[in-house]
Amino acid sequence: MARVPVQFTLNGEERAEFIESGTTLLHALRDTMGDTSPKGGCQQGTCGACSVIVDGELRLSCLTLAQTCEGAAIETTAGLAAGGVLHPLQRAIMDGFAAQCGFCTPGMIMAAKALLDHTPNPTREDVIEAISGNVCRCTGYEPIIAAVLAAARSNSQNAG
Amino acid sequence: MEIRKEYFADERQDDLHEIGQSRPRSDLPGHVTGKTNYFADRTFPGLTHLKMVRSPHHHANIRSIDTSEAEKHPGVIRVLTAKDVPHNVYTILILIQVGPEDETVLADRKVSWKGQAVVAVVATSERAAQEAAAKVRIDYEVLPAVFDMLEALKPDAPEVNEHHPGNYYHYDSGDHRKVRFGDIDAGFAMADHILEQTYHSSPIEQAPAETTGCIVTPDGNDRFTCYTNTQAMFFTLDNTSIILQMPGHKLHMVGGTVGGGFGGKVDVIVEPIAILAAKLTNRPVSFIYSREEEMQISSPRAAETIILRDGVMNDGRLVARKVTGYTDAGAFSRHSPYGAQKGAAHYPGPYTVPNVWIDTYCVYTNRTPSSAMRGFGVTIADFALEVQMDKLARLIGMDPLEFRFINAYRDGDIKAHRQPTEGAALIECMQEASRVANWPVAEKYMAMSSRGREA
Amino acid sequence: MAIRKGRGVAAINYPTGMNLGGDPSQALVHSTPTGNFMVSLSSVDLGQGLKQVMAQICAETIGVPTDLVTIDTADTDTGPHCMGTFASRGTHRIGNAVRQAAEEARQVMLEVAADELEVNASDLDTDGTGNIHVKGAPQKSISIFDTALAAHFKRGRSISGRGMFLVPRSFPETETGAMKPATCYAHACVVADVEVDDETGEVTVVSVKNVYEVGRALNPKMVEQQLVGGSWMGISHALYETTEPYYPNREHGGTDFNQYLMPGPGDLAATETIVIERPAADGPYGAKGVGEMCANPQIPALANAIFDAVGVRIDSMPITPERILRALKAQAGEMRTG
Repeated sequence: MARVPVQFTLNGEERAEFIESGTTLLHALRDTMGDTSPKGGCQQGTCGACSVIVDGELRLSCLTLAQTCEGAAIETTAGLAAGGVLHPLQRAIMDGFAAQCGFCTPGMIMAAKALLDHTPNPTREDVIEAISGNVCRCTGYEPIIAAVLAAARSNSQNAG
Repeated sequence: MEIRKEYFADERQDDLHEIGQSRPRSDLPGHVTGKTNYFADRTFPGLTHLKMVRSPHHHANIRSIDTSEAEKHPGVIRVLTAKDVPHNVYTILILIQVGPEDETVLADRKVSWKGQAVVAVVATSERAAQEAAAKVRIDYEVLPAVFDMLEALKPDAPEVNEHHPGNYYHYDSGDHRKVRFGDIDAGFAMADHILEQTYHSSPIEQAPAETTGCIVTPDGNDRFTCYTNTQAMFFTLDNTSIILQMPGHKLHMVGGTVGGGFGGKVDVIVEPIAILAAKLTNRPVSFIYSREEEMQISSPRAAETIILRDGVMNDGRLVARKVTGYTDAGAFSRHSPYGAQKGAAHYPGPYTVPNVWIDTYCVYTNRTPSSAMRGFGVTIADFALEVQMDKLARLIGMDPLEFRFINAYRDGDIKAHRQPTEGAALIECMQEASRVANWPVAEKYMAMSSRGREA
Repeated sequence: MAIRKGRGVAAINYPTGMNLGGDPSQALVHSTPTGNFMVSLSSVDLGQGLKQVMAQICAETIGVPTDLVTIDTADTDTGPHCMGTFASRGTHRIGNAVRQAAEEARQVMLEVAADELEVNASDLDTDGTGNIHVKGAPQKSISIFDTALAAHFKRGRSISGRGMFLVPRSFPETETGAMKPATCYAHACVVADVEVDDETGEVTVVSVKNVYEVGRALNPKMVEQQLVGGSWMGISHALYETTEPYYPNREHGGTDFNQYLMPGPGDLAATETIVIERPAADGPYGAKGVGEMCANPQIPALANAIFDAVGVRIDSMPITPERILRALKAQAGEMRTG
């Protein structure tokens, strides 16, 4: 299989690697770049566990070819607490006991971050819409919705 | 959530420091930063991938298996068939003396469900393994299949599994587990009304966010480390030891951080074949279910058919309950004989009924083997029992909640399986539900206690 | 054609632990030289928070804050046997093993402290914050930190303990079925309110009011996690889930999350959760298993509510719009049988 170079920034850090042509962004991140925070829950775009942010937009990394991310800025949950300070979403999920097995959590956080980056003061309906592509089998979603809304509130308090 | 401490206050110890406190979960910082290590978050140099060739037929004899083209496929390291598995016919619960061994790791002469594993392909990439799997040629002689439990129990039905003649599990009590309590005929004879109803369910998938899987590494000293998301470490180790005829001290299972189970990861399915592949190839092997495999290949919750026949008095007393339950095991036992037994122990539900007759059957059909899921043996029973309670209440013109108070079990009541009731709290749950839902019931029911009967 | 409202109730119980018993679990506890405590298990945390609960049980029993307890689990080279995480057995079975192991370790710890303080071990108590003191004389005390150091480097004592919990196996009597399936049971009663669209057969779960009796909520927020998530799964089972929509026909089985249906975040019922505690006589600090029972009562409560709303009984799970519509049509005499 032909190997091709790919270069992008991952959580602010320049990364350049050779990957097999046709590798998904999910596999490139997990197997080559050592970032296992995106999870492979279905490998077919129906569970959202692999969600990452590419150039500010939410993407399913299992359906994204790594080669199409050349030069892009990629964010994952692994880079969210840069400098050791938790993002308000991370803090709110912990405080609200909004994770159980945790497998969907990194993807859920990315979906919620993509929302808050665009819509800092979302409504409950905005939150529901934002995480509706992310499957959680443990929590019943309500704690997650509450946590995202709490994170938005703490964000706006800090900003104000 | 609110805790109503006024109930059973005198039974609770309240001078504790750590118990009863909502301490932060120590695993959540890992979850929210993506640092929690699930089994598949480990990478190993030279990792290989195992893909399964599965039966496209519900029921068929295997005439021949030709793996020659698959073996030549680029990237393929090894192709495994039944003859490679030292102890190919096994059953999980043999560890607690619930046999017989009835399931193949890899099918040899026959397949009994669509999706049954026949050939395992190990290759340097998932893609190569998948492509090579498509090149395995299996010649099948398709056999008649049976999908309906009552059809399967008929004498002329196709035999799903040679280890279970008649297509049912053979308990020491015969073709079903029995519970007999009181005099069922006398109960029905005295009843003001008799209601017989049939309830059905279909299979349900556990659907954990993380699919079933494992990664195995040869440790170089004839030991193998298996990173697994099993729900039961030694269940997996001990069954693997039997299947591979390998002493237990050669096996090292590492797990315990799992992306949801719900009963779907209690079967021992991926680990034995992956460890065998690692042994035969001397390479690390990854065997992880696709979402499609998780949905249709991994064991679901069993479908059940439940027939309830109840005798009830006009004053609301249940005087007879006869239960006939059928659990659809699919093609192999896995945990289903246990589940059907657990159902027998659960009936007639949390009610004191003087005359009870319970028969539960574990039936084999040509479908994906079912197994454990959250509420195993009880979930569908509760659906049937509690819908039936609603129907009975309406039949005698009684409020459904009051009807349940009349029949609720209390401390000291003897259950159908002949154990005295201890620690009951059904009445208090119903009293609180009455309050919180604003569903009023007569004062005498609000004065009841699970701790004993009124004078 | 109209939206019709209905209300239903269901009440259930659920056994804790493997049916008929015979399902052992073990735990080993030891202290480090500075008075931290390690719990060695081979038990699996599926996400329900087993590790956190075991840490709290160990901490309570030893008499230290939970932060000082580390759970080392699910490595068969180091952890003693555990039957597994299923059958609502984790908190009860493993919790009892941890408690027993921690009690043995605590006894050694108190003996060492007694030697250091020159008193009898039976006169000592812990304050839960990391100190051991003479009962009735809190000023006469020693820290667990110093006690562990003394045990290791001065007294040559191993502050450690072994725990094993086994409910003996029961074998059902062949003809009568007499048996002991479980030692304790959790309970629940649920009232569900629904709206049913009698034109489309669609069910909206307006609210579920869940009352659960759990023995003892060892960590209330974590119990709430189980109960709320379980209630969601119960609703999901009632209305959506199956791998074989036309069972016993094997066709049309879903293979992904687009085809296998569950309620999403936009389909949630208003959920009220009330907990009652009747401690189990044989539970660790009274706890019963609650992880499974919490998902059961919603199913019949919804079935009963749907009947209350539209007057048809759907006795097959799941209760899909298709089944409701077919029943409504049959009820209206619009559909010929056969």
